[in-house]
Amino acid sequence: MSADYRRITRNGLWDQNIVFSQGLALCPLLAVTGTATNGLGMGLATTLVLVASGLTVALARSMILPEIRIPVFVLIIAAIVTLVDMGMNAWVHDLHKVLGLFIPLIVTNCAILGRAESFASKNAALPAAVDGLMMGLGFTLALIVLGACRELIGSGTLFSHAELLLGQGLAFLDITVIPDYRGFLIAILPPGGFLILGLLLAGKRLLDRRLATSTASAAVPAHSC
Amino acid sequence: MSGPVSGPHAHGAISLRQTMLLVMLALLPATLFGLSIYGWPAFNLLTVTIVASLLAEAVCLVIAGKPVGIYLKDGSAILTGWLLAMTLPPWAPWWIGVCGALIAIVLGKQVFGGIGQNLFNPAMVARVALLIAFPLEMTTFVAPKPLFTESAPDFVQSLAITFGGGMHIDAVSSATTLGFVKTELGRHNPLDGALSQVFDLLNGFTGFMPGSMGETSAMLVLLGGLFLLYRRIISWHIPVAMIASITLLAGVFHTLSPEHFTGPLVHLLSGATLLGAFFIATDLVTSPVTARGQIIFGAGCGVLVYVIRSWANYPEGVAFAVMLMNALTPLIDHYVRPRVYGRDRKGQPLVYKGESWERDSEASR
Repeated sequence: MSADYRRITRNGLWDQNIVFSQGLALCPLLAVTGTATNGLGMGLATTLVLVASGLTVALARSMILPEIRIPVFVLIIAAIVTLVDMGMNAWVHDLHKVLGLFIPLIVTNCAILGRAESFASKNAALPAAVDGLMMGLGFTLALIVLGACRELIGSGTLFSHAELLLGQGLAFLDITVIPDYRGFLIAILPPGGFLILGLLLAGKRLLDRRLATSTASAAVPAHSC
Repeated sequence: MSGPVSGPHAHGAISLRQTMLLVMLALLPATLFGLSIYGWPAFNLLTVTIVASLLAEAVCLVIAGKPVGIYLKDGSAILTGWLLAMTLPPWAPWWIGVCGALIAIVLGKQVFGGIGQNLFNPAMVARVALLIAFPLEMTTFVAPKPLFTESAPDFVQSLAITFGGGMHIDAVSSATTLGFVKTELGRHNPLDGALSQVFDLLNGFTGFMPGSMGETSAMLVLLGGLFLLYRRIISWHIPVAMIASITLLAGVFHTLSPEHFTGPLVHLLSGATLLGAFFIATDLVTSPVTARGQIIFGAGCGVLVYVIRSWANYPEGVAFAVMLMNALTPLIDHYVRPRVYGRDRKGQPLVYKGESWERDSEASR
């Protein structure tokens, strides 16, 4: 299979977006997106794991017997997640404290095993790494969008405590959009996460439909899944 | 089974619009009483909530491409807004009513596909969301200040209260019976002596006490409920099962430990018990179809109301209880089905006395 990097990029970011199209990884998504900063941190950590696990699985794929591939994938992913967890604890300790349990729990993120099984185990190393990167960035995008919506509606700020993740240099991202906001608490609580995710999914469907009808005149076939 | 079943179907003469109008008529006495004792701010809130409901409904209908006029005229949006306003603190600011109406109509009703499609009672969805999102505003109640008395705000002052955020909360706030009970228990005070400070049987019955706009008057809500029963808009199963289960539980626990649990009358006459039993739990869309199912549903609501009031963090639990049972309604309807004519409850053909029938039914098993 020759690698089509445009296709891979498009799939990862939009057409097969882990959250908005596949509906995977909702547990970390809903758990950490109280603020956009947390979403960004979680998304970058997951992206790192996706790239590393995609690369490793693709390199090792000729050595892995099909019968035991799942346990091997899980071992590889677990090892990488442990490294990322330790690394974040060492270098971005404050963010690590906020995200807490959800970093080690990346190992149970079904999207990562899903990419290992459905893409990395059938492709060469470079396309697998690019796929991991694009899927990871797509996931990060979803986390940031959902986190930003919940943070904006819930507490009227954007990227609060950005310095935890990015250092003092990027503290300017921390914006109070609505001063003296009373807060709409439910948006930050789990029900608000579900509600806003539902609205975002509906919005993406609507957008896709609009795009499909506007390009229908050019006789472009509908994208396959 | 596929396709429509031909058979002797009776046509119900009453239209949706008539049903909604009759429910509004039944709500009217309790509403007028609420407006008269809580004054102009309550009137403003009711108006704002209903107008916002209608606007939200109209916008959703336009987006969904449905005929706006027909659906608006059925009165369901007005009723949703009205019921929601009945359960709000009467002096709440205007944006509570607007937020509530948007949540009720958009998230509670229209995203499911509009009237008849919703899983949860829209007014209760909004009430629960507001309670979680704005705990302070949703638990600030005022003592009754009847219209045209010295203490009541006039119309201009009421505009400041509803729209200006000019309410001096500490000056007017007053605890509801259930809120008071929760606070006293939190301080480990025995109930029997303390309760007489806030609860009085006569006021509980007539409704002259702090509380949500339309829930306080047990007498008038009961009157409306009996009217609905008389006009056969609702059947007796849900209200009776709900009230009976609350009474039973409250009676048992009150007898066992009067210093920790209030008696059945307190539970029936305070909070939203009666409004919930007659007007909210009986919502035709979100309650089971069969009589047995409705009894299970009503009893479940009653048990949950009592459990939430007695052991959970919130002083009042009607909205939570009704929503939890709404979620179980499809399950109840799945398991509790009416007996099909000519068959027993398991769906087997009935066995009649006579040899040939018995042989047939044996063979079919």
